[in-house]
Amino acid sequence: MSVNELTGDVERHDVEAVNAPAKRTLYKAREPIHPKRVKGAFRRLKWQVMVATLGVYYLLPWVRWTRGPGEPDQAILVDFAGSRFYFFMIEIWPDELYYVTGLLILASLGLFLATALFGRVWCGYTCPQTVWTDLFVAVERMVEGDRNKRIKLANAPWTADKIRKKVTKHVIWLFIGMATGGAWILYFHDAPTIAREFFLGQAPFTAYFYCALLTLTTYIFAGSMREQVCTYMCPWPRIQASLTDADTLQVTYKYDRGEPRGPHKKGDSWEGRGDCVSCRACVVSCPMGIDIREGPQLECINCALCIDACDSIMDKVGRPRGLIGYDTDANIARRLKGEKLRVNFMRPRTVVYGSMLVLVASIMLFALTTRATVNLNVIRDRTPPYVTLSDGSVRNAYTVKIVNRANAERTFRLDIDGPDGLVVSASGEAFDGARRLVTAGGDAVRSVRLFVTLPASAIAGASSPISVSVTDTVTGEQAVNPTVFLAEGR
Amino acid sequence: MADKDVDAHSGVETTGHAWDGIKELNNPLPRWWLIVFYISVVWSIAYWVLMPAWPGISGYTKGLRNHSERENVAEQITALEAARADDTRRLLEAPSMQAIENDPGLHQFAMAAGASLFGDNCATCHGAGGQGFKGYPNLNDDAWLWGGGLDDIRRTIAYGRRSDHPETTNTVMLAYGRDGILSRDQISDLTHYVLDLSRQEHDDAAAERAAPLFAQQCAACHGAAGTGDRTQGAPNLTDVIWLYGGDRASIYETLWNGRAGVMPAWEGRLSDEAILALSVYVHSLGGGE
Repeated sequence: MSVNELTGDVERHDVEAVNAPAKRTLYKAREPIHPKRVKGAFRRLKWQVMVATLGVYYLLPWVRWTRGPGEPDQAILVDFAGSRFYFFMIEIWPDELYYVTGLLILASLGLFLATALFGRVWCGYTCPQTVWTDLFVAVERMVEGDRNKRIKLANAPWTADKIRKKVTKHVIWLFIGMATGGAWILYFHDAPTIAREFFLGQAPFTAYFYCALLTLTTYIFAGSMREQVCTYMCPWPRIQASLTDADTLQVTYKYDRGEPRGPHKKGDSWEGRGDCVSCRACVVSCPMGIDIREGPQLECINCALCIDACDSIMDKVGRPRGLIGYDTDANIARRLKGEKLRVNFMRPRTVVYGSMLVLVASIMLFALTTRATVNLNVIRDRTPPYVTLSDGSVRNAYTVKIVNRANAERTFRLDIDGPDGLVVSASGEAFDGARRLVTAGGDAVRSVRLFVTLPASAIAGASSPISVSVTDTVTGEQAVNPTVFLAEGR
Repeated sequence: MADKDVDAHSGVETTGHAWDGIKELNNPLPRWWLIVFYISVVWSIAYWVLMPAWPGISGYTKGLRNHSERENVAEQITALEAARADDTRRLLEAPSMQAIENDPGLHQFAMAAGASLFGDNCATCHGAGGQGFKGYPNLNDDAWLWGGGLDDIRRTIAYGRRSDHPETTNTVMLAYGRDGILSRDQISDLTHYVLDLSRQEHDDAAAERAAPLFAQQCAACHGAAGTGDRTQGAPNLTDVIWLYGGDRASIYETLWNGRAGVMPAWEGRLSDEAILALSVYVHSLGGGE
């Protein structure tokens, strides 16, 4: 396993990558991976990203946002009971789900662009699976010690000490899992209310169910499944190959510089050999259990921990850093040819992804800023399509739905534009001649059943176009809905 | 296990079965599958103990939980009725039908209940939207044989028309031709008279001949001017709405065979609050007076 021999001043690990290509048979039990702790710039960046992402996830539901009386004051809230989605100043109704679609399109385009430029940065830094696994590994290291101690403990017989360590670790893991599940439900209820109800046993069943579900998935995915989620469950590793190209910056072992590799004793010449001293620091630090020196592979999530591991070795042996680093295939080829290195960010695919991103974002921004606060839906009665009255006149009935998306109550003037002689009445409304005023409550749909009657002499044909409109009596905002007036063909 | 047959290539024991020289490996079942299978076995035993499971000769095993979907439904219906009890009571205690329409909350309750009751009980004859068919009145228009006020509608629903209810009405239009009261020619003349009343194409001479006949035979119910009489359910013959058709052939047929449409009485079949809700609903369809 981990026989460490000191050759010169560098600690060498006599190990083989757990998930090396040669060992990837179709059927095999998982070999546990015990990633060794690394220190360096990327490790620090990953801690910062972890604090930021987990901080946002756990704390965002507690952020308040004042919307007015009768409205929830939670900045982000998916309100299933009231069928609304609140996102800071934006309030989305179920019929406006296309904004969410737009957001998803933006997210995927952003992912495409980031992958085309910097490889799997999503996988390596921000994917929940990576972040929580990283946190779980940190807990494991805190309780059981670093790699060698963990391996020793795994192989040790069951003693009281081992049981104590294992129990401690799993309890902390479960606690993190519960915090994850607990934070999830905060997005669907008023956070302070549901948190209190949750502990008093008064929360709805769904709250407990989803909390338990996410506790379980967090515990299992980050605790015991880890890299298997990425390799076997996630489709992204398969998709990314089509998004990257020779100019994509990826975590790369610069074989042109590293080979031929081999152990190096202090004081030996570096002439005629590569910089890789075969210490396998990159292998033991890898949470995916691979050897980066075997080239880009599906298992690699580009977490950059091997960069830190290798850099610290290069420092020790006195060679320049960056034997493993962010690099492009094109640059390796250029180095081999002795050409000048450059990174080409403006490539057809990045330009296309970038401009699509800008386009969709502009459309979204335009749609959101010019979003109507009143909509009008007119549903014409179909049974019967029209009613002949005793004097020969014809009446059509419409259900008019005034959607008031503003938070305040508003009064609208209802107008019907159509052939001369239209007589308008409504069930339960006292319309005064042409002044047909309807009041719609804030953030609500007001429904009016409208009767439109046309005298026999004014009927022009089987179908005449009419239009229904509502106008805000204060702001003048208008919504129009064209429809038809039906009568017997004659 | 001396006769264990192990496949040389894979090192896995075979089942010993061979087909055309192909041997079946005895690979173990996937562990996750096996675990799920054992969980299912335990689950099913627990289920048999707790829930109704096995059929018997004269019943079934009830299980420790004594679960019954039928009782659950009954409980839910009771709970629903309890939740609606307040509105139902207010509906029944309303001083007048008009008071129901004037109370927005109560009106909404009556409309919701009425819409569902209408679909279950009335739509078969009057159509889903109350649009009616030949012989079944359209409830959206403004022509009412017996009146279109809230109380008129409630009475019609409660007592029916020509039904077995003691309060019902039994007026009929006579079968003038079939029963030999009038001759064919007289009925033909009367048809033209009715066409004249409703300003349709007709034979003036025939209509003129029928004028005394109308006064003698029809005016008692339909009125001297043919505008109908709601106390007898006699339709207005001067408007454009015809329950049985307003063309010459239909009017002739009506005169020959008579008409006596029926509607069942709903008092006793539907609760009083249901009849109230239905009346409000029908009144709001558009033709209410």
